[in-house]
Amino acid sequence: MPVLKVAQTCYEGDGNKSARVFHRQHSKRAVREAPLAQSSGRAKMAAEREPPPLGDGKPTDFEELEDGEDLFTSTVSTLESSPSSPEPASLPAEDVSTNSNGRKPAEVVLDDDREDLFAEATEEVSLDSPEREPILSSEPSPAVTPVTPTTLIAPRMESKSISAPVIFDRSREEIEEEANGDVFDIEIGVSDPEKVGDGMNAYMAYRVTTKTSLSMFSKSEFSVKRRFSDFLGLHSKLASKYLHVGYIVPPAPEKSIVGMTKVKVGKEDSSSTEFVEKRRAALERYLQRTVKHPTLLQDPDLRQFLESSELPRAVNTQALSGAGILRMVNKAADAVNKMTIKMNESDAWFEEKQQQFENLDQQLRKLHASVEALVCHRKELSANTAAFAKSAAMLGNSEDHTALSRALSQLAEVEEKIDQLHQEQAFADFYMFSELLSDYIRLIAAVKGVFDHRMKCWQKWEDAQITLLKKRETEAKMMVANKPDKIQQAKNEIREWEAKVQQGERDFEQISKTIRKEVGRFEAKRVKDFKTVIIKYLESLVQTQQQLIKYWEAFLPEAKAIA
Amino acid sequence: MEGRQEAGKENKPSSTSVDPQGDSSLQVEISDAVSERDKVKFTVQTKSCLPHFAQTEFSVVRQHEEFIWLHDAYVENEEYAGLIIPPAPPRPDFEASREKLQKLGEGDSSITREEFAKMKQELEAEYLAIFKKTVAMHEVFLQRLAAHPTLRRDHNFFVFLEYGQDLSVRGKNRKELLGGFLRNIVKSADEALITSMSGLKEVDDFFEHERTFLLEYHTRIRDACLRADRVMQSHKCLADDYIPMSAALSSLGTQEVNQLKTSFLKLAELFERLRKLEGRVASDEDLKLSDMLRYYMRDSQAAKDLLYRRLRALADYENANKALDKARTRNREVRTAESNQQLCCRRFERLSDSAKQELMDFKSRRVSSFRKNLIELAELELKHAKASTLLLRNTLVALKGEP
Repeated sequence: MPVLKVAQTCYEGDGNKSARVFHRQHSKRAVREAPLAQSSGRAKMAAEREPPPLGDGKPTDFEELEDGEDLFTSTVSTLESSPSSPEPASLPAEDVSTNSNGRKPAEVVLDDDREDLFAEATEEVSLDSPEREPILSSEPSPAVTPVTPTTLIAPRMESKSISAPVIFDRSREEIEEEANGDVFDIEIGVSDPEKVGDGMNAYMAYRVTTKTSLSMFSKSEFSVKRRFSDFLGLHSKLASKYLHVGYIVPPAPEKSIVGMTKVKVGKEDSSSTEFVEKRRAALERYLQRTVKHPTLLQDPDLRQFLESSELPRAVNTQALSGAGILRMVNKAADAVNKMTIKMNESDAWFEEKQQQFENLDQQLRKLHASVEALVCHRKELSANTAAFAKSAAMLGNSEDHTALSRALSQLAEVEEKIDQLHQEQAFADFYMFSELLSDYIRLIAAVKGVFDHRMKCWQKWEDAQITLLKKRETEAKMMVANKPDKIQQAKNEIREWEAKVQQGERDFEQISKTIRKEVGRFEAKRVKDFKTVIIKYLESLVQTQQQLIKYWEAFLPEAKAIA
Repeated sequence: MEGRQEAGKENKPSSTSVDPQGDSSLQVEISDAVSERDKVKFTVQTKSCLPHFAQTEFSVVRQHEEFIWLHDAYVENEEYAGLIIPPAPPRPDFEASREKLQKLGEGDSSITREEFAKMKQELEAEYLAIFKKTVAMHEVFLQRLAAHPTLRRDHNFFVFLEYGQDLSVRGKNRKELLGGFLRNIVKSADEALITSMSGLKEVDDFFEHERTFLLEYHTRIRDACLRADRVMQSHKCLADDYIPMSAALSSLGTQEVNQLKTSFLKLAELFERLRKLEGRVASDEDLKLSDMLRYYMRDSQAAKDLLYRRLRALADYENANKALDKARTRNREVRTAESNQQLCCRRFERLSDSAKQELMDFKSRRVSSFRKNLIELAELELKHAKASTLLLRNTLVALKGEP
């Protein structure tokens, strides 16, 4: 395709030009794809917008723009002038929000399709090659805030914008952000668990507080009350939208029937408070991870979860519900399917990564088990130290030599303080180290899931190709048998399946690309997470030792004072 | 399992201090020990310039049962009724350790070779520690006897130290063990009986106080000892937990291709070193705290036994008084009754005097031993905490310094 060749040559040049080349492609695409896209929204959008003049006005380029100009042309061009472009993007927000609830397969195609425009374009200029990055990073003006396809759903992004599956037109800033992974100015806190209701219908309500300067939220600080099933509902929605296209959606904390029953029944003991605290911390970490994901942050369901005071009850998450059992059955079916899919892996990267994640999973599980044992034994140590402290105090009371008696009482006090220290250390062992490991074990399960989806996607493409072949055979047979009406039907079917094959290939390439990026992001985040936690954990160990030094140093003169 | 102990004075885990009383005329030590299948053979070396002995330096090989025989001989000797007999050393018990080693040998296939080697090392160290302790306890027993002006002159003691041949003291068979057990019951019943006896009044405040004190003290120190043991066990468990942690981190480190590689490997190394430190904390607590408490638990029991004997003598004295009175009223066998009473009186007074001295010695011994051990415990805890801090800080610097 001649257009593409132009794109390629322009690419080596300055960024702006290449961007414009993309517009041309996109606009052409927009026209061609419009019927398939079933999106009145998009066409509507394009129609309502006047293309504002380009900053440096290269009329020749513009003339080549076709009628069905899409949003991106306009927005990118206006960015050179003023950042007023994002406003109109709010239009499609409504479209998408209606789409997001209760997604059906048809609408999946829609989403893919939008992204596909750019996907195809970028693919053909081998976007994934490492040379791409330096070219983009030499992008002159950081003020260019690219509006990417997914921002259709999210109006008014701040300058710290999120990179989407399309790498087109990213500023250097954004790429750095991509590498860092979490410069998004949003902090979530989960606090104040309180019991609502009584008996078996009781539940814990948690306060979810958001602090942000992102303009996509109406306020900079706000909070809502949510219950555990709400979180599960959120995850379920996000997973159904993003998992099968290759996004690593952070898993929600696990249900615990035993734990919750104790809380419901009203046992006010330390094990239920511990359970609630564990859950609260897990929910907080879950939300933090979710909002740090650039694509998920854009999702309206997430925003609704964080912002709106009333949330429809997520019913399908009940532990023993019919839907729950159905899900279990589906998961089992999936597992069987996975075993039977033999994929021709053309890309060694995927095989390598899958193996890596498998190994990581195994080792993390081992480490997690041993850390759990550590937590358990440290708690035991704490209890035993406390018991010893008491008996040392009793011994001190019995002792009739005054100085020794005093020293023994001091020893008892030291041991009591040490017991407290051990308890705190066990707490740190658990919340810092152990929970990090269990979070990552579940995250890796999500990663594995995404790889599995890719396999399924491949299978679908494969199946389409096989069916196409069959249809062609049928056509040939009909031609021989000379049945004109059947021939026509066969031709129609061939056309249909050709399109499906193309779609399948596109989908597969898209999911592969998304996964590559997601894995990159995930790994960067993982490295950061682990390093941060390891350092924090070691610092807690240092703290403990320093306290021990203080206590024993205070005791030593007492021991020496025994005369 | 073979184990040898070259026990010099430096490397002895002495949880009790034995005052040599400045008299080096009789020095006893366990210079060597060998652990065989189910018994330990101690080489008892004596250095003495006392005229009684044939040589100035000599050694014999003794087993645990022979120590017990010696102890019992002292206890049964009326002459020493007014003294605190040093408690007998506990029987060498490697059962638990041996069992653990066996279980390890049977193999858990999920652990790596390095982990296996480390665990084996740990268990062997534990075995060695138990071995050293049992040697120390046997030695302390002999040394206390050698240091005591009266006890050191005992004939049986000389035989024990000098007689080259086996003393042919077999371990107690079941009947004897049962007998010993019953004797103890009888003793405590007797004690209860005596104390509730009307007319038996403790004339001496000192002993009254000592009795109440020792009863309470003994129970509480036994409690403290048990709990200190549990703390020590927990520390050991904690130290052992670092083994699989370090192994998992090592594997993670070798698998990683990114910056986490060095982090994980450094962490693995850190936990390995922390394990050793934690292990040392456990063993120091064991030696300086648990063992000391255990020793004084036994010693206080020996003191209680002394008080019982004195009380028994008092009861006998009282009875003799009553008998004399009766004899005088009936005017029959007055002479025997008188001499008996005088015997009892003298015995009682002898016992009281020496008991008083012994109990005061016991107190000063206890105080100085606690002092020494508590100081050493605090110093060792400080040393280990400082070493841990240094280790952790170094690792933190290394980790933070990386990109």
